[in-house]
Amino acid sequence: MSILLNKDTTFIVQGITGREAVNLTRECLDYGSKVVGGVTPGRKGRDVHGVPVFDTVAQAVENHGGPIDGSVVTVPPAFTKDAVFEAILNGIKLIVIVTERIPRADVAQMVELAEMEGARIIGPNCLGLIVPGVCKMGGIGGPAKDAAKAYAPGPVGVMSRSGGMTTEISSSLTQAGLGVSTAVSIGGDAIIGSAYAELMPYFEADEETKAIVIYTEPGGRMEAQLSEWVKDNDSRLPIVAFMAGKFMDDEEMKGMSFGHAGTIVEGVEDTATEKIARLEAAGIRVVERIDEIPDAVKQKLGAAA
Amino acid sequence: MRFYEFEARKIVELAGIPVTKYGFCTSAEQARQAAEEIGGPVVVKSQVLSGGRMKAGGVKFADTSEEAAAHAEDILKLEINGQMPRGVLVDPKADVKQEYYASVVWDGTAKRPLMLFSDMGGIDIEEVAETHPDHVGRGHLANLFPIPDFEAKQTIAATGVTGSQLNRATPILARLARLFREYDMTLAEINPLAELTDGSFVALDAHMEMENEAVGRQKVLLRKQLEIAEDDTRETYEPSDFERNVAAIDAADHRGVIQGKDHGFSGNLGLVIGAGGGSLTLTDAVRSQGGKPANYSEIGGNPSVAKACGLAKEVLEKDGVEKIAVMMSIVSNTRVDIVARGVIKACLELGKDPGETIAIFRIPGAWEDEGFKILERYGVEYCDRSVSLWEAAGRAVAKVQGAAA
Repeated sequence: MSILLNKDTTFIVQGITGREAVNLTRECLDYGSKVVGGVTPGRKGRDVHGVPVFDTVAQAVENHGGPIDGSVVTVPPAFTKDAVFEAILNGIKLIVIVTERIPRADVAQMVELAEMEGARIIGPNCLGLIVPGVCKMGGIGGPAKDAAKAYAPGPVGVMSRSGGMTTEISSSLTQAGLGVSTAVSIGGDAIIGSAYAELMPYFEADEETKAIVIYTEPGGRMEAQLSEWVKDNDSRLPIVAFMAGKFMDDEEMKGMSFGHAGTIVEGVEDTATEKIARLEAAGIRVVERIDEIPDAVKQKLGAAA
Repeated sequence: MRFYEFEARKIVELAGIPVTKYGFCTSAEQARQAAEEIGGPVVVKSQVLSGGRMKAGGVKFADTSEEAAAHAEDILKLEINGQMPRGVLVDPKADVKQEYYASVVWDGTAKRPLMLFSDMGGIDIEEVAETHPDHVGRGHLANLFPIPDFEAKQTIAATGVTGSQLNRATPILARLARLFREYDMTLAEINPLAELTDGSFVALDAHMEMENEAVGRQKVLLRKQLEIAEDDTRETYEPSDFERNVAAIDAADHRGVIQGKDHGFSGNLGLVIGAGGGSLTLTDAVRSQGGKPANYSEIGGNPSVAKACGLAKEVLEKDGVEKIAVMMSIVSNTRVDIVARGVIKACLELGKDPGETIAIFRIPGAWEDEGFKILERYGVEYCDRSVSLWEAAGRAVAKVQGAAA
């Protein structure tokens, strides 16, 4: 099993004729994902690696002959909000926003509409999600053969604010013989569609997932939110966390942003030190070194068994 | 993007929030004229993008226009936290009965703007929230719907404010909330919001910050109404030569992205690293193992050979850099062979031996076999994904320390 995706998941790519979108479409098709259409206004009638291109999402849905599950949105920042609204209001329930540098007010509007319509947004500024050997939605893991090397099926759910680190961590879990149930690149912005705590119920309900690994960074309050969720819901899932960017706690780094737009330390609660303390207080194991993750997961799984 | 107080006042004014009749001046003579026009006692305030103006001597009171001119003369020459003032603001000394606090910020967890109001204005709101939580009102705003006045009223009433004060403050907070949303602010704050002895409310000081990602679509406000020049980016600190050079190399070529920062770094190990999360992880890993990074950098999005070479050269030419470590988390878009060629080229062009200069090359992923072949030819130590980011960083640190000893 898995979360959010399965072998039958259908999706479209909005902005499909862009250079990166063409690559991403190829990668997803090669991996076995069902890409059933693409949208670029004014390009109806073309195809991208055999995927038909339409002017509107409604045309793509009509051509498919039934509801489409998801959309990967890769249009420029100024047009992303409109594209996401179009997807949601045409019945699409899972939206991966790859685009970065979208103003927060737009993201917040998209999230609000998604809540009203029962849709879920992953991202923005993310690489999407992958169920090893089953489906990948977005550029996560890269070309199919590279993705296969880094992602083997297994019991660990992965959530990461960094797209690249999603694959780095999953690869280490694969090499250690553990493997991944579903890995989600949740996005590096200050406001994202799905923070850790909002995806936890899905992992909790997925029988195959036995443990969670999160990659996190300074900035924002989403670790505090996760810690509270874990306490409030008496979660069955052990969690191992890795915090990057501890150097940002230095006094001279105050007010600076590194890596992702969301990593800016504005208050004491945003610092790595404070976040680690909060996570640990909720029983989440925070490892010091990135290479300690697989062993920490094994220990947690051993303790649970 | 941060705004000076005189600009923040203008923004507040444009939104229909009352302000005192103020003058922005860049000379003592202008300040004298402004004080004369105002008539009566004034306050002269330094216009810097920094807090702590009062403590630094950047805010002074004057009873006459001559005194205002003299203060302006001093303040215009006074550096505050490393910044020279853009000018001074001359403001009437208000007859304040009570000070309030009003602001709007983003709540990233709720994904909605959050209004804050307090009847204990003029001081740090975080302190008030801690010591007098019942004096801070909070109210979330919707993103898709118009902002109704009653939400502002509820937020204010929660602090116990009632009567004409409630009715006067309500439209001010509602307008502040609307301008926050309309102008893509990340912070819109009026502190203090003053009730004057005649019962009217005015914004005595305002602090605004706009999201950088939205600057492009706020041209009417920025260029026309505030007349802020395009190149006036308001960085919180002056970029170093290294930072400027890396930015120029990045801008010269649209393929891929490179970033370099050396603010707060001064070590001997140059870092040519990526991508976003990988760079954060690697910088920590170097420091935790006793290494001293000379800089921070990010490579991503498949840069050209010239770009990778340019970044490596800039890092190598920094004072005190003995070796560079070239490391990334597993790449799928960026090509290993292209980065390898870029960093080797940088060494050769500077007359350095790549095998000696590159302490470690750890970039696994797309085109790694081709990349590793090139590295082998030049005697550069490399490793694949079986070596963790932590271990690779450790090897680089050991090498640079071995060389220094």
